[in-house]
Amino acid sequence: MTTTLSAPPAAPPSKGGPDRPDRRATLTPWLLLLPGLLWLVAFFLVPILTSVGASVQTGSADEGYKLTWHWGNYASAISDYLPQYGHSLLYSVLCTILCLALGYPVAYFIAFKGGRWKTLLMALVIVPSFTSFLIRTIAWKTILADNGPVTSTLRDLHVLKVTSSLGWTVGDHVLASPAAVVCGMVYNFLPFMILPLYTSLEKIDPRLHEAGSDLYCSPYTTWRRVTLPLSMPGVVGGTLLTFIPAVGDYINAQLLGNPNTGVVGQKIENLFLRQSSGYPVGSAISVVLMVGTLILVMIYIRKAGTEDLI
Amino acid sequence: MTRTLTWIREHLLAAVTVLVFVFMLAPNAIILWMSFNKPVGRFNYTWEQFSLDAWKNPCASNDMCQSLSLSVEIGLVATVVSTILGTMIAFAMVRHRFRARSGINGLLFLPMAAPEVVMGATLTALFFNTIGPGSLGFWTITIAHIMFCLSYVVVTVKSRLAGMDPTLERAAQDLYATPTQTFMKVTLPLVAPGIAAAALLSFALSVDDYIITAFTAGQRETFPMYIWGSVQRAYPAQIDVIGSMMLLVTMAVIALSQVLGRARTARR
Repeated sequence: MTTTLSAPPAAPPSKGGPDRPDRRATLTPWLLLLPGLLWLVAFFLVPILTSVGASVQTGSADEGYKLTWHWGNYASAISDYLPQYGHSLLYSVLCTILCLALGYPVAYFIAFKGGRWKTLLMALVIVPSFTSFLIRTIAWKTILADNGPVTSTLRDLHVLKVTSSLGWTVGDHVLASPAAVVCGMVYNFLPFMILPLYTSLEKIDPRLHEAGSDLYCSPYTTWRRVTLPLSMPGVVGGTLLTFIPAVGDYINAQLLGNPNTGVVGQKIENLFLRQSSGYPVGSAISVVLMVGTLILVMIYIRKAGTEDLI
Repeated sequence: MTRTLTWIREHLLAAVTVLVFVFMLAPNAIILWMSFNKPVGRFNYTWEQFSLDAWKNPCASNDMCQSLSLSVEIGLVATVVSTILGTMIAFAMVRHRFRARSGINGLLFLPMAAPEVVMGATLTALFFNTIGPGSLGFWTITIAHIMFCLSYVVVTVKSRLAGMDPTLERAAQDLYATPTQTFMKVTLPLVAPGIAAAALLSFALSVDDYIITAFTAGQRETFPMYIWGSVQRAYPAQIDVIGSMMLLVTMAVIALSQVLGRARTARR
């Protein structure tokens, strides 16, 4: 936002082309912008603003809804669904951290050791998403099945005993557990982490690494003092691109979880689509989710110190 | 000592990369594998025996192919509209100076940053309040898809436009081309790859969307909604066939465009 401020507020219309009449040059951008912006205002901005109004309505689908300023919807939107907020936050934070931990080495490897295979490797990151993500998520049901090789190996290594005692898996199974939900989320959002990381790592001059080692830095110190700071825009971009969709995601919780892994998104969908009078409370929950996400993202951007990102 | 450490570090990095790639590609391999399965019972989750049944008869479930064609129809309409509107915005943003730029940038950024479930829920609340729950269907889904595709189109076309050499257009005007001629013969061909990429991205986003669609669909069922329902009803091997086809077709298209692009540069 800071960069756009540098443009003069009342820019001379001559920028549009010196040979054009002034009136037309100032009008053209608005004619180009108008249809698309109206669409966004009508079907994105207005719904979000009116949902604040919808969140204080009472009524049901049959009788119709009335605006009664029923702020009690917010009380139940928050207090009735505390475990779901907790799960959404826990799973999405965990998913973001795991995506960063897995995605950074991969992006680093492709950017600096990829050589002539760079393009192919990056294509391999994107190619899986050509298959519908629901089918791919359901494929994890086969991979993590009770009699499959993954589960039996983990069982033989007694890993499942440890994770089950911690509450991350249930008994001898991997499926229908918090661990499976997080696994599915990491799988689904990993490309969103790798892409921005790769873009920012790829820009770094590899000679900086040589300079680091010339100055007697260990590879680790070079990474910590040179590469990591330079790749911060990618880290911030990747974590946001992962966290924001992850916090609202309920696909993985529904397909790979159990009744105890409920997340906020599931509750919103239930209230909207399967309960006749649920939609005011559903609106209230989505307002809470949106405001909560926005606050977390703002705090994070402030901390990470890259405000020019937006 | 340092050398062994470097060796370990470099190979550790390669090993992690290989493992992550296995993690990312495993479901696609499973989908292809399971598409040749002959499932016992309603759910195609465990391997039983090899069979070509599902590939020979991909539309065995009529509902599935109907939902697939609905998804493609919505995807095509959403792609055309969002690509046109988004390209217009991108041109205005890159080529013109005007007030309220940062506000417009923010408005374009927000749909990409809002959780999908929030966009779906709030838009449905608006539809409930204005046109009523009964009128949800093809057009409400399409309206929603155009809305969330728009920002991605703007970003994609904008980056192509910003990277373009402005002197080419000036050269065309020096050679007495009218503004229309300059646009049709110089600008448009140069931006075309960006517009094509934006259109492909929109189509992919639209066809694959579940959350916003589920909210705005009413009684209609798109392909992702069919899959979602299949988890409760029955999960035929045909779904894996469609999943494999999606992958194979897009990979063939990419390979073809690479070959054609290489042939074109060779001719030059």
